[in-house]
Amino acid sequence: MNRRAQLSALLALPMLWLIGIYIFSLVMLLVTAFWVTDPFTSKVKPGFTLRNFEQIIANPAYASTSLRTLGIALAVTVLSILISVPLGIFMAKVASPKLRAILAVAITLPLWAGYLVKILAMRITFTEEGFFNSMLGPLGISGPGFSIVTVVLTLTYLWLPYMAVPVYTAIRQLPPNLFDASSDLGAGAGFTIRTVVLPLIRPAIIAGSIFTFSLSLGDYIAAKFVGGSTQMIGSIIASNINLNPPIAAAFSLVPIAFVVIYLVSVQRTGALERM
Amino acid sequence: MHASAQQAPSETDSTPAPGAVSLAGVSKTFGDFTAVEALDLDVKPGEFLSMLGPSGSGKTTVLRMIAGFENVTSGSIHLSGVDVTQVPPHARQVNTVFQDYALFPHFTIAENVGYGLRVAGVSRAERATQVGVALEQVRLSAVADRLPHQLSGGQRQRIALARALILRPQVLLLDEPLGALDKQLREEMQIELKQIQREVGITFIFVTHDQEEALTLSDRVAVFNNGRVEQVGTAREVYEFPATEFVAKFLGLSNLIPAELSADGVQSSVRPERVRLLTADTAASAGTVSLLGTVSETVYTGPTTRFLVDTESGVRVIAERANDHHPSAESAFGRGDRVRVEWTTDHASQIG
Repeated sequence: MNRRAQLSALLALPMLWLIGIYIFSLVMLLVTAFWVTDPFTSKVKPGFTLRNFEQIIANPAYASTSLRTLGIALAVTVLSILISVPLGIFMAKVASPKLRAILAVAITLPLWAGYLVKILAMRITFTEEGFFNSMLGPLGISGPGFSIVTVVLTLTYLWLPYMAVPVYTAIRQLPPNLFDASSDLGAGAGFTIRTVVLPLIRPAIIAGSIFTFSLSLGDYIAAKFVGGSTQMIGSIIASNINLNPPIAAAFSLVPIAFVVIYLVSVQRTGALERM
Repeated sequence: MHASAQQAPSETDSTPAPGAVSLAGVSKTFGDFTAVEALDLDVKPGEFLSMLGPSGSGKTTVLRMIAGFENVTSGSIHLSGVDVTQVPPHARQVNTVFQDYALFPHFTIAENVGYGLRVAGVSRAERATQVGVALEQVRLSAVADRLPHQLSGGQRQRIALARALILRPQVLLLDEPLGALDKQLREEMQIELKQIQREVGITFIFVTHDQEEALTLSDRVAVFNNGRVEQVGTAREVYEFPATEFVAKFLGLSNLIPAELSADGVQSSVRPERVRLLTADTAASAGTVSLLGTVSETVYTGPTTRFLVDTESGVRVIAERANDHHPSAESAFGRGDRVRVEWTTDHASQIG
């Protein structure tokens, strides 16, 4: 075989996958967003209309759901950062090797359990007579119940490993003598974290945030099982999948747009090149 | 024999002097491994003291304990007469030049040098002025806006020095600061370091495994081995009069003369350049140890020639002669020549 043939053989399957399944399905999604649904038969007909988008913009429920979902995704990302950075610093700099190993398992544990199992676990924890309320009830505190707060907590629970692992790895890879040098020059721990650690692990935080942000944007199961009446973009897409696929497709473009805007703004900081 | 404290700690307590460093009974263990064992060491204000030893001898650990990066397992450390054993590094009046410089990669050179001032809350304008002066001192004003990775090793080294000195510490700690530089740059930096130390007049504690560097730079050298100080003294003292076999061997070439051949009946060390090489028919001089032997090898080293002499007493003695005449020393004796080697007993150092 000549080199060209070898190369073709090597790339045949990945190219088939990438173009045939991956790109094609996305293009179909985009195209479908412009198709029309026959109001009587509920049949989807190829065509070109902007009505689906007009409907989304005109209906305040769509806009508010979009904003709510964006807020949830940002909250999950911020919460994940707030947990991961101190945890990563503790694991990399303070914990004994044994404790470090235990924490590493603890962080990645949620990845090993099924998705629904974890949602169920959160549901049991936050339900009316659940663990949370029964523990705190005597103190006069009641839990968030099934609400937007619980959705944020649950999504953070689901996606934390995607933030915690890169952040911890980045902190471990910082040269130890940078910590020594900072402290040698008079800086306390807080100052060192702010001026040395955070700027240097920013690429890892951004890498993690892409996961926590985009995975949260696309989720709807959490909202369905622990969110009470909370609706997310995914909830609306799910309910339209059978009834009105073009609306579902058009609305799917909203989280995609959010992610693209996020990636572009992140890319401007130069963080993606170092991923 | 191991060197012991030259001053009792109580004396340093009563006479606090800025820049004095005193370690009393300092030990450091990592699990089962003893890195530093019951170390007593006193560094005088303004002194250039080198801690010299092979890797793993505990010298860097001692430096890190003085800086505060490592806790002592037992013992105490006084800086300028004040007990700092439990004081965290950021609150100690010392600064460190790290082995691989430890410059902050995301800061410009000016920001690196000004970091300590920024921590101390010095205003931006004042910082800029002081950073400018500091960069001028190490002749690197031109690179102020670059990032560390854009600098050469020697430049980074000088920036690390400027960053540590800008805080005017009482004591500067240097952890093998020249280790990563090539030989020529090293020698330039040695001279520069010595000049800077004289200008700022503060105590320098310098860790190195290079005996030549330690001898040329220091007022005093502390020779480390296996977590202990074998000897502390001026360059001349530790070189000419090594107290232990280890010191004799670590600081250059040495002839170890067994007890029965030594003048005072104790094992001794004689430096090769102190050994006189004479023709065999020369009479032995008074006040010397004098042995007859045969030249088994000559080694030309450039400035000197070494002669390996197998003596009749069974000891191989190395004699070194400067090539300062023409014809040079190398042609004076050849392989197989019968010779007399002798040295004045004053030049032999008893070793324990």
